[in-house]
Amino acid sequence: MSKKLRVATTSLAGCFGCHMSLLDIDERLFTLLELVEFDRSPITDIKHCGPCDIGIIEGGVCNAENVHVLREFRRSCKILIAIGACAINGGLPAQRNHLDLGSCLTEVYLTEPGLSHGHIPNDPELPLPLDKVHPLHEVVKIDYFIPGCPPSADAIWKFLTDLIAGNTPELGHGLIKYD
Amino acid sequence: MLPDNELRFDASRQIWLDQLVARHQTDASRLLQILREVQEYFGHIPQPAISRLAEKLSIPRVRIESVGSFYSFLHLKPHGEYRVLFSDNITDRMLGSEALMQQMCQQLWLQPGKVSEDGLVSISPTSCTGMCDQGPALLVNGRAITRLTHQRVQEIAQLIRNRTPLNNWPSDFFHVDDNIRRSGLLLDNTLAPGDVLRKALSLGGQKIVEAVKTSALRGRGGAGFPTGLKWEACRNAQGSEHYVVCNADEGEPGTFKDRVLLTRQADLVFEGMTLCALAVGSKKGFLYLRGEYRYMLEPLQAVLQRRRDNNLLGAKILGQSGFDFDIDIHLGAGAYICGEESALIESLEGKRGVPRSRPPFPVTHGYMQQPTAVDNVETFCQAALALHMGAEKYRAIGTEKSTGSKLISVSGDCAYPGIYEYPFGVSVREILQECGAVNTRAVQVSGPSGVCVGESEFGRKLGFEDIPTAGAFMVFDDSRDMFEVARNYVHFFAHESCGFCTPCRVGTSMLKQTMDKIAAGHGTKYDLNEIENLDSVLQNTSHCGLGRTACNPVLHTLKHFRPAYENKLKSLMFSPAFDLDGSLARARQMTGRDDAGAHLKEEI
Repeated sequence: MSKKLRVATTSLAGCFGCHMSLLDIDERLFTLLELVEFDRSPITDIKHCGPCDIGIIEGGVCNAENVHVLREFRRSCKILIAIGACAINGGLPAQRNHLDLGSCLTEVYLTEPGLSHGHIPNDPELPLPLDKVHPLHEVVKIDYFIPGCPPSADAIWKFLTDLIAGNTPELGHGLIKYD
Repeated sequence: MLPDNELRFDASRQIWLDQLVARHQTDASRLLQILREVQEYFGHIPQPAISRLAEKLSIPRVRIESVGSFYSFLHLKPHGEYRVLFSDNITDRMLGSEALMQQMCQQLWLQPGKVSEDGLVSISPTSCTGMCDQGPALLVNGRAITRLTHQRVQEIAQLIRNRTPLNNWPSDFFHVDDNIRRSGLLLDNTLAPGDVLRKALSLGGQKIVEAVKTSALRGRGGAGFPTGLKWEACRNAQGSEHYVVCNADEGEPGTFKDRVLLTRQADLVFEGMTLCALAVGSKKGFLYLRGEYRYMLEPLQAVLQRRRDNNLLGAKILGQSGFDFDIDIHLGAGAYICGEESALIESLEGKRGVPRSRPPFPVTHGYMQQPTAVDNVETFCQAALALHMGAEKYRAIGTEKSTGSKLISVSGDCAYPGIYEYPFGVSVREILQECGAVNTRAVQVSGPSGVCVGESEFGRKLGFEDIPTAGAFMVFDDSRDMFEVARNYVHFFAHESCGFCTPCRVGTSMLKQTMDKIAAGHGTKYDLNEIENLDSVLQNTSHCGLGRTACNPVLHTLKHFRPAYENKLKSLMFSPAFDLDGSLARARQMTGRDDAGAHLKEEI
């Protein structure tokens, strides 16, 4: 057996649903761990990405920190995969795209009763939100896309095992669903 | 225009609506025609009208809403007392339409695509209105205004502000020129109404089909299917009724020859349709006229009435018992896809203009699933001419595989835009010389779905052997950026995709975004590759020709004018699709931050 592939995963503006779906491969996780080892990922809690073979990212890009993380993944990973509706299209978070960011912030922090403390948070520790939520491929080059909300465990399994085996990943009938 | 309010929908309007439905024989297949009249009367299609129509026609409301939402010229919500649509073909843009639209928006205080707050007016761009030889053009409440200038736009804005009824606007605004620059066998014909039919009656259906086959006439809508074969297949097809349909949904940007034919040669068009009826055994024909040519409806109906009065339409035509045929005019409502024959038939049946799966073809399963011969306006004229002059004589004109003459709609950078009739086989260069084009960089032949011809290919000939054409001929001189030309066409396809199949609906939009990304200076070589990938998806998986040809303008201009693309690219392998740091500007403004973390640098 050749050297294990290194895999990193993260969630940007996502709900971790795609990661949950990854965990849904259940006992096949053991088989997967024979083939790969995880670098930066919620599974390992490693904070920064080292050189990797495969990067898997769920969620779109909604703030400056997302941009930094996405760039770190692109620099570190040979193959970068966008997984799920938010990574591919912006998804649910992108529903704010038809609203002006300024009026969103005003409503949440200044005018909405209960939440307001009289100012919009401006601590330099906090990442600034982008004026629109973008899919990953608008910010860096993405090599593969796994559609679904979330993609099923079987779809993720098929995709990863294809990739690890060196086959061009193909989700056949039943693994891509539109309802 | 009325506010969309149930209470205001009083008895008199209900009576008007009921009479309208009765005039259309309470026939749900006439839904589009009914909605078009409702739109004209109310300025939009009010909710109470939808309820009433659903009840009277015994169809679900959702069907009415689905048809109403499909066509650009129908509105389910109030859209202004004056609805102004600027023709947005590249030829209009080259004549300054964008600045004129902006000017009108400023004068009337509104944003493009929005309705003014007082409900008075809306201003939007629309696909080519077929006035390319006398642009920039616009439509106001469906009526065409040509030769726009700053002065004219100012006058129009004033008329709108004063709520002057359209009928009281200066009549020269609505003047449409024919601009016939070169005529030939078709435009010079001296046939009197009935001449062709008298000859045809002596032959009978079978011999007419034989003659059209012998003439080797091919369809003039672009695809070039042999007309004789089509008529023969329709004649031989089993069905309770046979139909003849004239496709006058001249939507291909840059084409306007059917407008001129229907203005100058309406009798010949109808004569050709009646000839076809005799050949295929039809009693009923339709002229499907694009909504942009609404102003022609009454004149064309007058021609039909005159032909009925002269016994050239109706029962026992020219005294021949058993030869009954009449023609109905259906208007489109702003949908390019309805130029595709099966989408056109769907539209004739009062549905959304979504192309059908083929086969079966319309010749066996067309209008109401009955055998239907659908031909272009010019094809019917040419068929009538061929029959009258004799098939062998006709066949001698043009080239071996492209017989007869062809009307070319010339527009763009030339001294004499207009209609030119040539025998097939004329070269691009000959046309350029005759229309007074100088320093020509490229010609887009047959519209965005056709081919872009560069200087090295000006010797190529128009005809099915070399460059097939439906007639558009848009000229671009060396001051034009061919990338922008292609981008205009790509926007056109994205707008006109009917939305039925995913590859076309999504693919045309992705193509548009990629072209916009390049235009905004964010493009890389990677994006050019993406265009090629998209092309293969669109080519191989689209439901109809719209998706299959949507990439043509980009691929052709990339082939001839690659530097026009490359000089807009960043010399990077990949670049974001938008300005990352710029997209933090609003948040910086709202938080008052300007620290290092509040900025994003370019990288990679």
